[in-house]
Amino acid sequence: MAAPSQHKLTVEIHRTGGPVRYEIPLRDNQTVLDAVTEVQRRFAPDLAYRFACRVGVCGSCAMSVNGIPRWTCRTHVAKVVVDGAISVAPLRNLPVIKDLVCDMASFFEKWTDAEHGAGAVFDGKATRHDPLPAIDPESPRRKAVDAGIECINCAVCYAACDVVAWDQGYLGPAALNRAWTLANDDRAANADAVKAKAQGVGGCGSCHSHGACVAACPVGLNPTQSIAGLKRRSLFELLRGSGS
Amino acid sequence: MSERLLFAVQRVTALILAPLVLIHLGLILWAVEGGLTAAEILSRTQGALGWAMFYGVFVLAASAHGAIGLRNILVEWAALGRPLAGRISMAMAAVLLVLGLRGVWAVIA
Amino acid sequence: MSQGRKTIGYWAAIGHRLSGLALVLFLPLHFLVLGTAMGGAESMDPWLALADLPLVKIAEWGLVVLLTLHLLFGLRVLILEFLPWSGLRHGWVWGGVAASLAVGAVFIGQVV
Repeated sequence: MAAPSQHKLTVEIHRTGGPVRYEIPLRDNQTVLDAVTEVQRRFAPDLAYRFACRVGVCGSCAMSVNGIPRWTCRTHVAKVVVDGAISVAPLRNLPVIKDLVCDMASFFEKWTDAEHGAGAVFDGKATRHDPLPAIDPESPRRKAVDAGIECINCAVCYAACDVVAWDQGYLGPAALNRAWTLANDDRAANADAVKAKAQGVGGCGSCHSHGACVAACPVGLNPTQSIAGLKRRSLFELLRGSGS
Repeated sequence: MSERLLFAVQRVTALILAPLVLIHLGLILWAVEGGLTAAEILSRTQGALGWAMFYGVFVLAASAHGAIGLRNILVEWAALGRPLAGRISMAMAAVLLVLGLRGVWAVIA
Repeated sequence: MSQGRKTIGYWAAIGHRLSGLALVLFLPLHFLVLGTAMGGAESMDPWLALADLPLVKIAEWGLVVLLTLHLLFGLRVLILEFLPWSGLRHGWVWGGVAASLAVGAVFIGQVV
């Protein structure tokens, strides 16, 4: 473990029963995930929280740190500590199961469910017996897909989004970003259906371009831009009379 | 009206309103100098087909644009369901349309 | 836990929304005053005379500033959504505020 300094770190954790303050040593190279783990091991064995890879590739450790949703394994305490304290809470916009653990079901449903969500799950047109489709990696459509495809569904953007907080029916930045990648995927059999969901009730029209998702995304994705693409296509296809 | 259509109307009316608002602002800034009298206004507008069309389009676009914007606020901030928010917004659009066209008529005729 | 710092885009959206709300609530009054012209200049003038009241002048200044703000923040939204992507165009937010205050200043110059 990293060497402790002279200083203490107050970790305020918004647990199920209310906020609780713990005191641990302030260490060099300490991440917020390190701090939460130290609290759990030394003071609160019943503290519930999630993590997996702890190296910033899985997105499981997403929590609210000082009011901002982020990956706690990628957040150095030194960068966010204010007057020797940090505040950790579960992600916003998701029901809390216990302490720092949220129920991700509604987030996944908005992304994958064809009836209640965007239905943004890839459905292929071809079988293994068909020739490979020729997709030009430099084509504008493929570039649009590539720009959004790295999403690992960590829900940080969803927690950052104020419209999600205001309107439970809003599909949210991750689902709509995914829908945009499918709408541009020439191999997807359900591209039009996904696009229609993403442009309907709770879809792209509810995005007001706050850009909180862009500021928050740990992978550097741009849901606002993807959603703008959906809006553009929605208007132009409506005016042209094409598209469902 | 579908969500898609409402979005389209909102953006298209915005595009229509942009130049109209610019002209209207310019006119206001020019006309208010030295005070405003009814005679001054009416001497510009009475019998003027150009202004009738300008403000007629303005009222139509503003009624739709304002009502759809209001609908978003009712859904997102007043937590009204879409059906109720839609009805209130429609009522607002009707009020704006009727009062607006009446106002245009009043200064043109 | 209260949400942490808001983006500039958030404030632009709030400003756009609140200015729009103020305008849409004001419009029926505006249309009613215009409607008084039905009775000729004599019926309209008493209403226009209200514009001489300092409180009304301040309110009108507010409306002119809010209208300009709503227009410029709205143009930013249209640009974000329909022109090729080039960032969140924060310059338009600050420019919008500055231009609105400038227009407000011109208005004051004209009515005072």
